[in-house]
Amino acid sequence: MIARSLSTRYLPLIATSGIFLVLFITASVLNEGFFSGRVIVNLLSDNAFLGIAAVGMTLVIFSGGIDLSVGSVIGFTSIFSATIIAGHGVHPAIAWIAAVILGALLGAAMGTLIHVFELPPFLVTLAGMFLARGSAFWLNTESVGISHPWYDGLSNFALSLGPIQVSAAALLLLATALAGYVVAHHTRFGRNLLAIGGSEQSALLMGLPVGAAKIAVYTVNSACAAFAGLVATLYTGSGNPSMGIGLELDAIAVVVIGGTLLTGGRGHLFGTVLGLLIFGTIQAAILFDGRLSSWWMRIVVGALLLVFILLQRLLVRGETRAGH
Amino acid sequence: MNPAESSRPRRPLSPLVWLCLGLTALVLWNVVSNPAFLAVTLRDGHVYGVPIDIFTQASRTMLVALGMTLVIATGGVDLSVGSVVAIAGAVCALTLGHGAGLPLTIAAAIAVGAAAGAVNGLLVARLAIQPIVATLILMVAGRGIAQLLSGGQVLIIADKSFEFLANGFVLGLPFAPLLVAALFLAAHLALRRSALGLFIEAAGDNETASRFAGLAAARIKWLVYVFSGACAGLAGVLTASNIRAADANRAGENAELDAIFAVVVGGTALTGGRFSILGTFLGALLIQTLATTMYYRGVPPAVAPVPKALLIVAVSLLQSEKLRNRISALWRKPRKVAA
Repeated sequence: MIARSLSTRYLPLIATSGIFLVLFITASVLNEGFFSGRVIVNLLSDNAFLGIAAVGMTLVIFSGGIDLSVGSVIGFTSIFSATIIAGHGVHPAIAWIAAVILGALLGAAMGTLIHVFELPPFLVTLAGMFLARGSAFWLNTESVGISHPWYDGLSNFALSLGPIQVSAAALLLLATALAGYVVAHHTRFGRNLLAIGGSEQSALLMGLPVGAAKIAVYTVNSACAAFAGLVATLYTGSGNPSMGIGLELDAIAVVVIGGTLLTGGRGHLFGTVLGLLIFGTIQAAILFDGRLSSWWMRIVVGALLLVFILLQRLLVRGETRAGH
Repeated sequence: MNPAESSRPRRPLSPLVWLCLGLTALVLWNVVSNPAFLAVTLRDGHVYGVPIDIFTQASRTMLVALGMTLVIATGGVDLSVGSVVAIAGAVCALTLGHGAGLPLTIAAAIAVGAAAGAVNGLLVARLAIQPIVATLILMVAGRGIAQLLSGGQVLIIADKSFEFLANGFVLGLPFAPLLVAALFLAAHLALRRSALGLFIEAAGDNETASRFAGLAAARIKWLVYVFSGACAGLAGVLTASNIRAADANRAGENAELDAIFAVVVGGTALTGGRFSILGTFLGALLIQTLATTMYYRGVPPAVAPVPKALLIVAVSLLQSEKLRNRISALWRKPRKVAA
């Protein structure tokens, strides 16, 4: 019985790990020089901001919600921080704090609308998406370069692990993922989110703070997205209002490929990291190969989404049948 | 979800009244600052003017929103319509490029859209996958498919009869809005003069109950997605015709969002079970009027989403059951004291 529940709980995670290994080995066999520590670390640095956004998205999806605004929040914070650093001489550390607070405020507002007025999350965050993107272009329609000693120091920083250099962006991603893991699986808040995603009615009847948890999760997610936007400025050395267009879809895809149930209530944050690695491997393999066109990326990601959603469907169906 | 047991009085104002008020206010605001806003002139036997532009620009959103209305009425949503618009455009360029005639081209584009809808419908109706999730797959992959079809390039379409679809005039009136208006009328008649509309609302309100009542709820859901795909396919034809090219990257960009907005602003509840074809028509008109207003006010197009976002929040709040109850509670309390 316990073995069964363990296997259904970890089956998506095992499947994701298997797919990642198969993909990575295939890419390494097909492309000479693909199998190297540098490529693996680059998977993390190149997708750092997507990964950070996906960590927040995982929490929202745990609670059975969805947030379509993360791509726009990334665009907004990137141009916001660049504008106040380059245009107004604000110290980057203060700009970062201000940007994360602004993001959190937007998330809190969306969470309030979703919880208090019982509006559908996807509609409210759609409005948030328009609001953040429009505001980003309001601040500046062009990309703004950032040059500040603090920034240069941070973006040139790299942790040397033997021959492999781990960039600051990759480290920030790993730190966020670790923090997300602790929050999701080792705190009361994380368990509340999974309970709400499983059944909001039951969570309410159990006396869990449903409202506070729902508002908090959108706040945390938008703060994550804002942080992702800042890491993106680190990566590109500039702020751009059109940064992160369509990124919310990639983030959702990463979470689903990581085995988290899109209806909420079940998943694992470690799966999201694996999902990110799969996503990054496909992208890197397509870029590495050079013969495959970039649009194959979208088709492959779509196909993977389909496979995982069908797999989840089968799992849930099998369980309800076993339950009867 | 649905507090049917509480003998709630009828809605104070129907969403359509709010819509007309909003639209009138917006137009008045424009007329005050720019008296020529409503002027329509006749030139070379064709009508020109801002209102005509609004109708022409809104026609594609209206078409996508028509299919979306029925999908939302069943409690679903179709996120893939924007990608389907892009695929249909690429199909048009390919079939015309192979020397096919106009009827065959249009039929091919609509058929591809319907096929895409059939895939969505299969996932939603047969496999019982959440609509947002099921249509997300095609939303992500669809643009890739469109780029695959067009070889990643913007395919120029040089065909006079094809261009006519979105840019031509019939009896002095622009063809595309006429076509879309006729489709709306046909849809309204087909849905409201037969039991079809009720079937869709029943399937959206309570699928289990409607199945027990002898309704093929799953088939109705499937058909609704096919219809939405076909509408998006035709919208793809109009988009390609309008810009005289198939652009796999940009065609139908945000089409799903605008369509959902039009439907919600038009008073169709996202929870399903009720729909308004006329509301969707007016909703799409309102959104386009807002966009045109922003344009005339000199607001950069990139910033225009901000008022759109505020509009959608305001409209959803207006429709929120919770907020209504709170406001009516505010009204009731002082009365109790007075009595």
